[in-house]
Amino acid sequence: MAAAAATTGAAPAGDKVDWRLATPLGLTYLVFFAAPFLILLGISFYADAEQTRLGLDSWLKFYTDRFYLKVIWDTLKLGIFAVIATTLLAYPLALVYRAASPTWQRVLLFIILMPLLTSVVIRTFAWIVILAREGVVNQTLMGLGLTATPLNLLQTELGLVIALTQIEMPLMLLPLLTIMNQMDQNLVDASRALGASKWRTFFRVILPLTLPGWIAGATLVFASATTAFISQSVIGGARLVYLPSLIWQQSMVVYNWPFAAVASLTLLFTVLAGIMALSWLGRFARTT
Amino acid sequence: MSQRSTPADVSFNLTVGAIAIVAILILIGPVLIVIATSFTTTQALRFPPPGLSLRWYGELFDPVRSAPIHTAALNSVWVAGWATVIGSVLSVLAALAITRVARPSARALEASFLSPLVLPTLSYGLAALMFFSVMGIRPSLNLLIAGHLVVIAPFVFRTTLASLTQLDPALLEASANLGASRFYSFRRITLPLIAPGIAAGAFLAFIASMDNVPVSLFLSTARTSMLPIRMWGMMESTLDVRIAAIAGVLIVATLVLMVVMDRLTGLTRRMSA
Repeated sequence: MAAAAATTGAAPAGDKVDWRLATPLGLTYLVFFAAPFLILLGISFYADAEQTRLGLDSWLKFYTDRFYLKVIWDTLKLGIFAVIATTLLAYPLALVYRAASPTWQRVLLFIILMPLLTSVVIRTFAWIVILAREGVVNQTLMGLGLTATPLNLLQTELGLVIALTQIEMPLMLLPLLTIMNQMDQNLVDASRALGASKWRTFFRVILPLTLPGWIAGATLVFASATTAFISQSVIGGARLVYLPSLIWQQSMVVYNWPFAAVASLTLLFTVLAGIMALSWLGRFARTT
Repeated sequence: MSQRSTPADVSFNLTVGAIAIVAILILIGPVLIVIATSFTTTQALRFPPPGLSLRWYGELFDPVRSAPIHTAALNSVWVAGWATVIGSVLSVLAALAITRVARPSARALEASFLSPLVLPTLSYGLAALMFFSVMGIRPSLNLLIAGHLVVIAPFVFRTTLASLTQLDPALLEASANLGASRFYSFRRITLPLIAPGIAAGAFLAFIASMDNVPVSLFLSTARTSMLPIRMWGMMESTLDVRIAAIAGVLIVATLVLMVVMDRLTGLTRRMSA
């Protein structure tokens, strides 16, 4: 007992013994996470679907074809649209949350968490019920006499962005609410006392102070919207092709694994580029 | 506020209020509409439903006609359960190792343990399929557990790490000074204090596994079907109203779990602070 106390007392927190505790998770990640990505990279260098000869053919085929380049661009665009839409809706809601009484804050938090804990497949399904030809939106519009024939909202980019906005909004809201709670109210009061309007206070004080939260939220929304396979394939339909559906089709339908690997790595790079752009934006904003 | 409200301030309040209401409607509207639709009497997915009944819940719980759904649901619970248990143990150990270590290598390790949260898991799903296929391992529920494990472990790792940083080191020093062994201090002091954090993370991990599409999409087969993939299949072929009934069951189950977890762990507080 005394010896144990002596060693524990002498050892600073985070000594060598503690380090070994990270080994099981580290090894699990090496075998089941890092190794698969290496295999994926390796398979992308096969030239043909049968994986008989090596070469850069799959990469060249992907990056010289206008169709596939457009798929990359469309995927990026979808992520950007989702970030913009969730930002426009989440900021006002976060401001209302900040001003609300504790009871209302609990109610709002529940409303925000509820969709997050509802399956993505179910949230996608809900939007089919809403956006379909005989769906809620069309019935309302026709009932109000705003349109004579039902609008085609499914299988359009607009419909998909609307659905993704709801599906991804909690990911934007949670970091925003956290940072709004931590924000110093004195700074807001000072801005108001000095005669700044609420608009000015928002754009010059609240927005810059909450930017780190927005960046965290935007990263999650971007990563999630660009990889939302079910929403993209069910609401977007066969006409709208994004990287995830391309990956699925090439690997599980066409069985061209090298090409699917190239598409898969491209999705990885696209998301990483988005994340890096956002964190660069955060650093840029902090220095200016 | 004592200040007079200028037209600019009024316009700000109106804009913010109006958008916030739209945001709330968009957030909960779809969930409410699905629940209402699940009680419909007809074959069609209409809202508002022409009449109310429990017909589709009856269909859903029919042991013969809905047998594939039941199998998929049980597979999903089995995989989510094991992935959560194994992932939680590994993540708690890793969080204990990394906490309070200022070295850059510890920060790098932390970042890599959290990376599955932002990296596209769909790319990982395909990578895992290729990996297991190259290794010559046949698809099974165990493979799905391994695949889910990697993707959901970060949830527990993150909440455990957050609880550990809030832990007062003086408590552990006092325990050690009083002659307690490291393991005894861990069992009697650290573990009880971080348990709510672990539980909250495990809950989120379980939900994430139950909901996982990107990994199951590649690793599940006809014999090892998973609930979200089967629901996707049901959505692609005929718009079966039983999906709405599944939604109703899942939403109620999640709600109950969420209320219980909130009481036990302060889950909602933890997710926003």
